Amino acid sequence: MSTAAQSLPIDISNLCKAYGAVKALDDVSLNIAAGEFLTLLGPSGSGKTTLLMALAGFVRPDGGSILFGDREMIATPPHKRGLGMVFQSYALFPFMTVAENVAYPLKIRGFSKSDQMTRVEHALNTVELGGYGDRRITQLSGGQRQRVALARAMVFEPRIILMDEPLSALDKKLREHMQIELKALHQKLDATVVYVTHDQREALTMSDRIAVVNHGRIEQIETPERLYRQPHSFFVADFVGESISLPVEATNNTAQLNGCVLKSDLPIAHGSGGHRLVIRPELLEVTYGAVPETANDLSGHVHEIIYQGDSVLVIVQHDSFGQINVRVPANRAGQKGLPPKGARIGLALHPEDTIIVPEHRS
Amino acid sequence: MNLAEDSKGAQTLQNASTLKSEEYRERVTLLGLSLPAVLAILIVVFLPIFWLSSLSFYNAAGALSLENYARIFESALYRRTFVVTFQISIAVTVICVFLGYPLCYWLSKLPDRTAAMLMVFVLVPFWTSVLVRTYAWLVLLQRNGVINSSLMSLGVIEEPLQLAHNLTGSIIGMVHIMLPFLILPLYATMRSIDTDLVRAAVGLGSSPRGAFWRVFFPMSLPGLFAGIVLVFILSLGFYVTPALLGGGRVQMLAQRIESTITVYSNWGAASALGVVLLLLALMMIWLMNRVFGLDKLFMR
Repeated sequence: MSTAAQSLPIDISNLCKAYGAVKALDDVSLNIAAGEFLTLLGPSGSGKTTLLMALAGFVRPDGGSILFGDREMIATPPHKRGLGMVFQSYALFPFMTVAENVAYPLKIRGFSKSDQMTRVEHALNTVELGGYGDRRITQLSGGQRQRVALARAMVFEPRIILMDEPLSALDKKLREHMQIELKALHQKLDATVVYVTHDQREALTMSDRIAVVNHGRIEQIETPERLYRQPHSFFVADFVGESISLPVEATNNTAQLNGCVLKSDLPIAHGSGGHRLVIRPELLEVTYGAVPETANDLSGHVHEIIYQGDSVLVIVQHDSFGQINVRVPANRAGQKGLPPKGARIGLALHPEDTIIVPEHRS
Repeated sequence: MNLAEDSKGAQTLQNASTLKSEEYRERVTLLGLSLPAVLAILIVVFLPIFWLSSLSFYNAAGALSLENYARIFESALYRRTFVVTFQISIAVTVICVFLGYPLCYWLSKLPDRTAAMLMVFVLVPFWTSVLVRTYAWLVLLQRNGVINSSLMSLGVIEEPLQLAHNLTGSIIGMVHIMLPFLILPLYATMRSIDTDLVRAAVGLGSSPRGAFWRVFFPMSLPGLFAGIVLVFILSLGFYVTPALLGGGRVQMLAQRIESTITVYSNWGAASALGVVLLLLALMMIWLMNRVFGLDKLFMR
C-alpha cells in the first residue's frame, strides 16, 4: 500500500469524568507508546469502556488531556480523530455488502473508486475474507462479521485503532483463535491498538502491556508476565489469574504467616489495609517428600482430586489455613505418585513465587 | 430374536404413531383457534365486498354492462374527484412526513421513560374518536373560531382567515388524524436502529450529518415507507373529516360514493367507484412493496 502511516503514541493525563457521584474516570494518566498493543482490563463498571470512549470522542470528559502524538484531542469531535474502531456489536451496516462496509471510511475520505477497490480487496485478504466482498452481512457467521469489522477499521490505515471487547460475542474456541490472529495482525499493521476486555486471559494473550482498571483508576500497568507474577495490589492479583489468598502480617520487607516468616524474593508492595499472601495453584510444587528448607511449607492433607482434562486440581486441606488449591499437569509426570485422598501431601511455595500484596493500593 | 427385543420393537412403532397423532392434533387445535376470525372476516368483509362489487356490473335497468365504469372515465366530474382525492392524499402524506420524521427522530433519541411518556401525547388523540377531533378542529378553525378571534384581537389580521369549509381545513384535520399512523411504525423502526451503527459511522470519519444521511436515514426507510403507505391509503378513502371540514366544497372519493347513493341512489355507480378505490389502494400497496420492499420490514 502507498504512504505507510506511522503509528502514534497516546498521552493521557489527569483525565476525569463523573456521572453524578460516580467517578467513571478518576484522574487517569496513561502513556501508550507508538505501535503498542495496550489492553484496558477490568470488571464491568470499572471505567475501562468510558476511557476508550473518551479516546474515541464519544464521551466528553470533565477535564484532563488526551494527546495523539503531540496533538491535543480532548475537544476534537470523533469524526476528526482519524481512529479505526471496532465495536462489541461489530456495528456493520446491515444494508451494505461486505465490500461497501469496508469501503465506508475510504468513501468518506474521498478515495477514488479504483483506489477504494484495491484497498478493500487488500484489507479483506488480510483478514482472510478475500472473495467475500459481494456477500451480505446477514450471510456471514459471527467470526466472519468480526473480521469484516476489523477490515473496516484498518482499511484506511489509521494510526490508532480502538477495540471495545471485539471478541466477547464469539464462542470460546473461535475467540481464542481470533486472539492469536489479532495479535499477528497487529504486528503486520503499523498502528497503536487500545483494546478493552474483561477477560484476563485474553488480555494476557494479546497485549504488550495491560492496564488494570478499577473504580475509574489504573491499578497497575505492566507487561502480561510481570502483571501476573508481581501484582501490586490484591485486586490485580485476584482479577488476573486464579488464586487463593491468606492474610499476613507485613512490615517493611518481611511478612509473617501465622507467626512464621515467609521467604519471598519479590518486593512487598505497600498500600492501605492489611497484606495478603497470594497463592496461585500452578505455582505450588507438590513435593513427594519433605519440603526443602528454602521454600515455604504449606503441606496438608489431600481433600479432593479433580481431573480437568488438561490439568488435575488437587484441593488440599491445611491444618490452619483451610483449603488450598494446587494444579498439576495431567501428564504422567504430574499425576505420578499423587497421594490418595486423605493422605498427607507436601506443598512447597518457592520464594520467587511468594506474592505478597496490600489489600488496597495507596 | 427373543421376546424382549420383539416387544421393544412394537413399542417403538407404537410411539411413532402416537407422536404422529399428537402432531396432527396440535395442528387441528391451532386451525380451530383461528377459525372464528377467518369465518368472521369471510362473512363480514369478503362477502359484502363481493356482493357490492358485483352491483357495479349492472346498469340502472338491471342488465349486465360496463356502463358504470365507462362513466367514471368519461365524466369530468368523476375525473375531478379522483384528481382532488390524490392531491389531498399526497399533500397530507407529505405534510405528515415532514412533521412526523423529525418528531420520531427526537423521540427515538430520548431515554426510554421520557419517550414512552411523550408517546402518550401521540396516542391519546389516536384513541379519541375521529368525529370528536374533527368537530374540535371546526371549533378552532371556523370563521369566528378560537384561532381567528385570537389573531384578530392580537391585531395580526383584520379579516378572519378562511380556515374551515375548504381545502385548507380538510388538510389540517386530516394531517392531525393521520400523523399517528406515520409516527407509530416509523418510531418503532427508529428505536430498533443500533446506536453503535451511527457511532461507528462517526468513528470511521463521517460528520454527524453525514452519518445521519448515510446510515440512520437508510435504516429508518422501511418504517417511513410503512407509515407513508398507511397514511396515503387511509387518506384515499377518508370520509368524515373532509366531509365536515371541507364544508361541501371538497369532494373526495368517499364523499362522491356517499352522495351517489343518498342523492341519486345509484348503487351501481357508487359500487363502481368503490371498486376503483379498492383497486387503487391495492395497487399502491403492491407498488410500494415492489419499490421499497415492505415485506422486509415485517420479516425482521
